[in-house]
Amino acid sequence: MNETVESQVRAYVVDHFLFGQGGDKLGSEDSFLEKGLIDSTGVLEVVMFLEERFGIKVQDEELVPDNLDSLARIARFVEHKVQQKATA
Amino acid sequence: MSARPPLTASLLKLDAAREADRICDWIRATAHDVKRRGAVVAFSGGIDSSVVGSLCVRALGKENVAGLLMPEEDSSPETLGLSTSIVEHLGISYRLENLTPILAAVGCYRRRDEAIRSVVPDYQPGWKHKIVLPGVLDTDSYRVYSIVVQTPEGQTRKERLPVGAYLAIVAATNFKQRTRKMMEYHEADRLNYVVAGTPNRLEYDQGFFVKLGDGSADLKPIAHLYKTQVYQMAEFLGVPAEIRRRPPTTDTYSLPQSQEEFYFSLPYDRMDLCLFARDNGYSAEEAASGLGLTAEQVERVYRDIEGKRRFARYLHLEPQLLEPA
Repeated sequence: MNETVESQVRAYVVDHFLFGQGGDKLGSEDSFLEKGLIDSTGVLEVVMFLEERFGIKVQDEELVPDNLDSLARIARFVEHKVQQKATA
Repeated sequence: MSARPPLTASLLKLDAAREADRICDWIRATAHDVKRRGAVVAFSGGIDSSVVGSLCVRALGKENVAGLLMPEEDSSPETLGLSTSIVEHLGISYRLENLTPILAAVGCYRRRDEAIRSVVPDYQPGWKHKIVLPGVLDTDSYRVYSIVVQTPEGQTRKERLPVGAYLAIVAATNFKQRTRKMMEYHEADRLNYVVAGTPNRLEYDQGFFVKLGDGSADLKPIAHLYKTQVYQMAEFLGVPAEIRRRPPTTDTYSLPQSQEEFYFSLPYDRMDLCLFARDNGYSAEEAASGLGLTAEQVERVYRDIEGKRRFARYLHLEPQLLEPA
């Protein structure tokens, strides 16, 4: 399967937070906070999705916008976590 | 060079006598406008409800103000004593409504405990608990809640709340504020009174209330006053010192919980100044020294203020219509 992490997260975010509409307007680097798309509660939903879909565990100190505030940031974060898990 | 004065507490100094007159004129006019004969006030033993009750008595006369005292099983032991002391100080009639049976019947405690147990499987109903937020000053971390539980032996444990458990705990505990409001409107209907709400400016602005719970009222006499101004008003109105000295508390969870760990990012006096600074064009650099913070910390508080305003928008929103009707 060729789906990238980012495309899977994009599909989840568009379905879950935009009722499936307007995903084409969501840029890879767009800040969820600045767009008013995802708040602290929404972040918890994203984290639950990431943990279930990619088999990772997001630690408290990793709950920062640097890791989770755009599709691209999430993709980088998840890829790093998956790689870390594989080499552990 | 900035034209703004240095950020100090004196900027929030109130002419309490003049402001009390202004509020009382407005309370009378508002009650008259809706053809109601008095006001119902729910007393928590805290500063806000004590000030609102005192203002209503001043505006409408003590014979036209009805007090409600509504403790439940998680209320702090001092809540009932302090709320009784203010209604007796004001000389108004009041009713004591123990909410525990209603809340138990609706499943408030059971639903909450089930949600806690989904995160802390050995949690028992006799254990104390609260939900807490991380501080905002030293990290850019999202402000997500953790549950803190304490065994009868005093051991505490803290776990981050997944979204389902967090929402379930909040939904269950919101029964408390909504049940109180139901009782207030019952009393208001019975007496043909208005319901006076008690939010201060910090709470109103930042969404520190439950929609259709403590967020509901016919009038909110101190929603424009900063918390430090509420304390000034309390002193002017002669609110008993034991109430003025009580630290603000949510009084919703069984472990003692400050409003900072539950919601706000700073103690109320600095939170007041920060909100004032944000709304009056102070840059983070200008505000920093007055608040005893770094500019970076002020930026974080400013971001938190705006985040809470986005959340509060839903709480303030009236039912939406497709078109005016």
